[in-house]
This record gives sequence, structure tokens and C-alpha cells, in this order.
Amino acid sequence: MKTLDLINLKSAGKAFARLALATAFLVVAPAAYAVDMKTIVSSKGVKALLVEDYTVPLIAISYSFKGGTTQDAPGKEGTAKLLTNTLDEGAGDIKSLAFQEALDDNGMKYSFSAGTDSFSGSVQVLKPDAERSFELLTLMLNKPRFDAEPVGRMKASRLNGLRAEATNPQAIASKALRENLFADHPYSRAANGTIETMEGLTGTDLEDYRKRVFAKDNLVIGVVGAISPDELSKVLDRVFGDLPKKAKLTPVPEWKVATGKKIQIDFETPQTNIRLAYPGLKRDDKDFFAAYLMNYVLGGGSFSSRLYEEVREKRGLAYGVYSYLATYDYSGFTGVGTATRAERANTALEVLRAEVERMAAEGPTAEELDKARRYIKGSYAISNLDTSAKIAGVLVAIQSADLGIDYIDKRDEYLDAVTLEDVKRVAARLLASEPTVITVGKPQG
Amino acid sequence: MRPSIALATAILAASTYFVPISGIVASNSLSGAFAQSEKSGPVVTSFTLDNGLQVVVIPDRRAPVVTHMVWYKAGAADEPPGKSGIAHYLEHLMFKGTKTVKNGEFSAKIASIGGQENAFTSSDYTAYFQRITPEALPEMMRLEADRMENLVLTNEIIIPERDVVQEERNARTENNPGSLLREAMSAAMYQNHPYGIPIIGWQHEVNALDKDDAIAFYDKYYTPNNAILVVAGDVDVETVRKLATDTYGKVARRAEPGERMRPTEPPPRAARRLEMSDARVRTPSFQRLYLAPSYYSDEDGEAEALEILSAILGGGSTSRLYRELVVEQKIATSAGAWYQGGALDHTEFGFYGSPAPGTTLAQVETRTQAVIDELLKSGVTEEEVKRASKRLIRSSIFTQDSQSTLARIYGASLTLGSTIKDVQDWPERIAKVTPEKILEVAKKYLKLNRSVTGYLKPEVDAQANEG
Repeated sequence: MKTLDLINLKSAGKAFARLALATAFLVVAPAAYAVDMKTIVSSKGVKALLVEDYTVPLIAISYSFKGGTTQDAPGKEGTAKLLTNTLDEGAGDIKSLAFQEALDDNGMKYSFSAGTDSFSGSVQVLKPDAERSFELLTLMLNKPRFDAEPVGRMKASRLNGLRAEATNPQAIASKALRENLFADHPYSRAANGTIETMEGLTGTDLEDYRKRVFAKDNLVIGVVGAISPDELSKVLDRVFGDLPKKAKLTPVPEWKVATGKKIQIDFETPQTNIRLAYPGLKRDDKDFFAAYLMNYVLGGGSFSSRLYEEVREKRGLAYGVYSYLATYDYSGFTGVGTATRAERANTALEVLRAEVERMAAEGPTAEELDKARRYIKGSYAISNLDTSAKIAGVLVAIQSADLGIDYIDKRDEYLDAVTLEDVKRVAARLLASEPTVITVGKPQG
Repeated sequence: MRPSIALATAILAASTYFVPISGIVASNSLSGAFAQSEKSGPVVTSFTLDNGLQVVVIPDRRAPVVTHMVWYKAGAADEPPGKSGIAHYLEHLMFKGTKTVKNGEFSAKIASIGGQENAFTSSDYTAYFQRITPEALPEMMRLEADRMENLVLTNEIIIPERDVVQEERNARTENNPGSLLREAMSAAMYQNHPYGIPIIGWQHEVNALDKDDAIAFYDKYYTPNNAILVVAGDVDVETVRKLATDTYGKVARRAEPGERMRPTEPPPRAARRLEMSDARVRTPSFQRLYLAPSYYSDEDGEAEALEILSAILGGGSTSRLYRELVVEQKIATSAGAWYQGGALDHTEFGFYGSPAPGTTLAQVETRTQAVIDELLKSGVTEEEVKRASKRLIRSSIFTQDSQSTLARIYGASLTLGSTIKDVQDWPERIAKVTPEKILEVAKKYLKLNRSVTGYLKPEVDAQANEG
């Protein structure tokens, strides 16, 4: 329907990039649903939050190292991303193919991902196979081989993706946005790398990154499932205990985005992509929740936002239309976007700008704020606490953003403390400036 | 910064675990979900109301969250000729209000408690869902039952929504040469069956859809005796039974859609080949589809055998195709196979590959064919079959962690004609597949006359990789 209505059986599902981005961080749970978490510290000093649950014979672990793509060495952009594809391509004495077979036979589910500010991973293991699963995970994080053959193969696959980015309107728009907002700050660099940097990467670069970023002092862990504190303590020591004490991170400077540029990129495609960027804030800003509520009213609430109403519902200008708070560790911006047929692109842009201006000038109404508050309180548990894997992710998010172990209980209070005046003030603070406007396509009309 | 991933995407990712390039129907192959560990898995219950609505309850009491879904046995393949896209367009219009509920009011109620909602259309079914807290379930059931019979449409509301659908088509298909080629390949594959028509509809036909088309489809298929209600999560059977009787139970049987009979395929005689060039293509790709039976149109365990065949040939980096084309020969950057078993009628078994720089689509095709030929000659080993089936069965246990995924698996499977027992026995059936059966289905279905081959190429002057 609304954001994802049609599951097209006849075309590659992943080809469709989702338009309805929500917000740039993970929101955490309402007080009503107590999550019984324990803090576990292993003998080697590895800390984790644990929620024990034996309903399902699974253990879900999420973990995150502060760092991310900002820690790619200069000229080595794409290292962290390539690492996500190569940690499982052989480790210890086991080479690529045998390692892949071992993972297959074990049946664990795992993933690695490289964000801007953190490198993170998750595993879900079946209780009866847990011993072997943890052995394989330990190998991947501590002793990856990075043999030339699999590294070359993964590079080839990534290079294919990079070539495709050159003609993908969404990727073109994102690149322009990043480069314009972040100028020479590390956030402007290509997280996926460029064809040139990717071609140059070697196993040595991957190992160098791993040694700098995978450490104990920048690591947070969340665990949910069929595992006792004692068992977990041993697992933590085994998987993470022998990592270096301290990460060697390259400091990332704070950055205030500068907006106001107009960039039109000609591209032959039926739809024109429109992106607007305004100043933003960071997760630790005292106005964060006020901004979060404001964003919901503007374009964060999928089927109930002002942008949804004006652009999609009333005018049928687009399928996806959204706003979001992009919160990074050292910067932030507020984004607005949509895609529409070329002959209506200028109309769509005018509507977007008018709605943002209205929000900047007047803020939300009391009724809108009330609705937003109710949604944001209620959605937390519904969206984040229904599976072990998601709860493990929440435990990591709470620690990564340093929200406090009582965050789940306190979240409603934080939301209740926000006044209409606060939201109006933050709307003006974020949205009163001239935005950077990026259009990709052939806008008319 | 990593944008948070919306719920629907998360569900999809889970449901496409085995067949990453197909859509939700792949979830069907997850079927047996928790039969593996019956001791800890949920007890699934089903009953039928007097008006014919089937109700399925899947308790998961770990969190105070409920997934409420209604599935209609009507999809794009049930559309009248010339009205392509009406099933999906109607799905959009179902959010526009009823005799007593204003446009957007249902959505506003869901949002006011922080709930999630969405809907999706496939060739064979259309489903609507909300994820909410248990207290909100009665209200959701009342509103969902209401829009089963009381939809009200006006031109003022539905015309902009048709533009929205066109923009959706732009976003999914027109913007993407790969999607355009897939659309053309499906059209070539099905010579008579409506699976050859895109779910979202042909652009020119969508442009002409109107209120009467939508209401006609609604009146024909949206009736309790053609629907399945699935409630998963923090609920018990008796509560759901009472609530369902009080809400859905009051909806009249509005129609008798009857047997689901679509035009069937004639025996395929000719291999078909398609090529498309587009300036937006930077990396060429090869695809081959074979007409194959689904879990619902097969004979005696063929689908399970095809499932394992696809895993052995092309499921992941230990598969025969990946090892041969990507690891050993290094002529491709990707290569694999998939099987889309969750469809009412005959469906597709597919292959894909992307040439490495300096090699051609023809080389990728030839080598893929060689891997297929070798299998047709020598079959598969007992060990390969064991590994693949064990892997499929193990992975299915993970679905126990997600009430949404379970709701989707049961909803899709039962809508297509499975029983709960069929779903739960899936791992057992997978475990019983033999190398002989796999060779038999491979020989029977991987024949060129059953196939469509597609080449997606950069525009000729930009073509560096083609020899």
C-alpha cells in the first residue's frame, strides 16, 4: 500500500531502493514494557547487556565497535565495507571455501555492517549448535585470513556495485548531498569507496583496519535469548576477550553543515529525484526529542505526516515522500526528499519547500504534537521489542548513544517533557535556513 | 549514519532468506518454520466462522505485540483482461474510507497508538496488516472487517491515488532497466497464463482504471469466504475467536468467487531469447528462467526437490554455480540460481550471472549451461542433498523468533491452499528428498524449450565488456 505495497514476484525485490526512510537512529522502548536486562562483565573485562529468554532455542547477539567508515585510511575508502564481505571468507587455518561450508553446516545467521560511525555485527545461533557457532564467530573477528583470492572476488563484486552507482539516480543524489554538506570533512568521503580506491585495497588494508577498530574500549554488546549470565560471560571472553584493550581511532572533528546550494544533475530517467537538506542536530542535543517530534509531524510519520498528506495524498505527486533527522556522532542534518515524474518535479519541489517553511514559521499544532507523542511512545515496543534479534539491537543502540541503562523506562518522561514551544523553537532552528537542493533528472513543470 | 530499517523491509528480508531475489512467496519455502522444535514452537490453531472466514491464531507471548493480517485469495493473476493493475490499485484504495470511517481515519487510529500498518499485492493474494498492542486488537478487527464490505470510493479521492500508483511504477520499474527486462521476460515466459502480466499493471492500462473497475474487483473477491485472518503474537485462541465472531462474523458472504482457475500454459515448444540495451546499464547481466511447477501445481514432491536443486546449483557461495563461475573460472562476479515455489500455478526456476570485466554474457551463459549439463548427466551426491536440506531446515527454525514472519508464512501458505499440517511438515518433506528425485525434476524441467533467456546490456557505444 503505502510504503511497500507490492511484492513483485516477477522482479528482483532488492532492486527497489526504499524511498520511505524514517529516521537515522534507533528509537528505544516505552516504560510500559519492562525489559529485564542484566549487565554482565566477563573476566577479561568485556561488558554486555543481557536479556535472558528461553522461549525459543536461540541466542541473538548484536555488537558494535565505534569507528565505522570514517576510520577508512585516506585513499582507502571502502575498506570497512569490504571488511563486511571478507571476515567470513576464511579464518584461522580454514580457507575460504571450507569456512563458508562450515558456516553453512552450522546454520548460524550472521551479518556485518559498516556504518559511518560504527562497525557492527549480529549473530543468531541455535542453542544446540552454539558451541560451534561461537567458535566460528571468534575466528572471524580475531583471525580472519584475508587471502588474496577471496578478497579479489569480493572486490570484483563491490566494483560491480560501484559501477552501477554511477547510473543510479538515488546514489547520484546521495553522493551530491554528502559532498555538498560535508565538504572536506570525513563524512563527505565515499563510504562504499570509489572504483579507484576499491581497486587498490588489499588484505593488508583490511587487517590494518581490523586491528585499529576491533577493540574492547569502543565495543558495546547486547544479548538476548537462551543463555545464562555465566555461560555468556565465558562466551564474551572467548569471542571478544582477546581483542586489544584500546582502539586506535582517528579523531573525527565536529562539523556544522552549510546549506543553501542548488545542484541540478542532468540524468535521463522518468522520475526526478529531489533532495533537500537543512541544518540538523546530534543525538546528544538537548533538543533531540523536540526535533524528533517535529520531524514526525513534517514527514517522518509514514502515512500521517504533512508531507505525505500534501505531496502524495492530495496531489498524487509521488509514491514516497519523507523527512528525516540524520544524526551522526559529530554532525547532523535534516533531510527531505521525494521522486516524481519530470513534468511535475518543480511543482513537487515547491510543495516541499512550502511545507518546510510553514513548519519553520509556525511549528506543529498542539493536536499534531499530541499525536506525534502518542505515536512515538507506542511505536517503540511494537517496532523494536517483538523479536530477540531486535531487542539485542536495542541493547546496543542504548549503549552506543550512551542513553543510560534506564533509558527504556525514562523515554516516555523525556517525550512528555517536550513542550509545544520547544518544538516550535527547534523547527525554526533547523528549518528556517535556505536548504541545499539537489535534483537528479530532468525537472520541469 | 544508517537509516533505520522499516518494519516491512525487515519482514521481507526474513522471508526471502532462501531466495533472495524473489519476493514474499519465497517465504513459503520457510514453511515448516518451527516443526523442527515442536516442543518449544507455538501451537497454531485454525477455525472457520459461519460466513466462511478462516481464522488462524499463532500465539507468541514474549512481547505485548500482535500482528493482525487479513489475506484475500485474489491477486494480479485474477484480474479481468485489460484491467492489469486493478488488484494492486484496489489495495491502495482500501485505505480511503468506508460508509462510516473517513478517509485516513483507520490509519490515524493505528498511528495514535504507535502501530504499524501496510499491505501488499502479489499475483495470487492481497494482504493487509497492522502491528499493534493487544488492547488495540478489537478496534483493528472492527475496522478491518468494516472495510471488507463497506468501502466507499469517490473520483476526488481515487484519481490522485492512480497517479501515486504510476509513480510507484516509475520507482520500481521504469527507473530500473533490470526491472524492465524482467517484466519483458515474464511476458515472454507465460504464453497464456496471467503471470506474464506485471502485478503493478501495464502503464497504459493503469492509466485507464477507474472506480467501477476497483469496485467490481472488490465485490467479486473481498468477501469473508475468500479470506483468511491471521492473528499472531500476544493473544490466545479463545479471545481471538470471540473477537472475530463479533466483528468479521457479522460480515455477510458477499460473493462466491469459486475455484481459482486461470488460463493454463500450453506445452512450451520454443526457447525464447530477449536482449535489452539501456544507457543506464553499467554492469551487464544474464538471466535464464524455466517454467517449473510450484508447491501447489507440482506432482508428488517435485517442488521440494526443485527447492534443494536450486540450493545445490545456486544457493550461496558454496553452490556449484558460484564455485565454478566466480571462484574457479573467474568469469563472473556473481552467479546463482533460485526457485520461486510459492505460487498457485506454474512458476519459475531461475539462473543469473554477471560477467567479470573482460568476459562476455555469452561466456557466462555457456558456463552456466555447462554446470546444468553436468548435473543432468551425473546428478547430485547424497552429501550435497543432506547439506542443503539440513541448511534449509535449520534456517527455518529462526522464523520462530518473529511473529510477523510466522504470520506471513502461514498467511501465504494457507491462502495458496496449504493446511497448517502441510506447513509444519515442510521440514520433514525437505528431509526426504533424494538425489534420484532431484535428477528426475532437473531432467524434466531444465529443458531449453521451457526457458526464456535474457541479456541486459549497456548501450552499444558504451559497451566495454561485450566481445
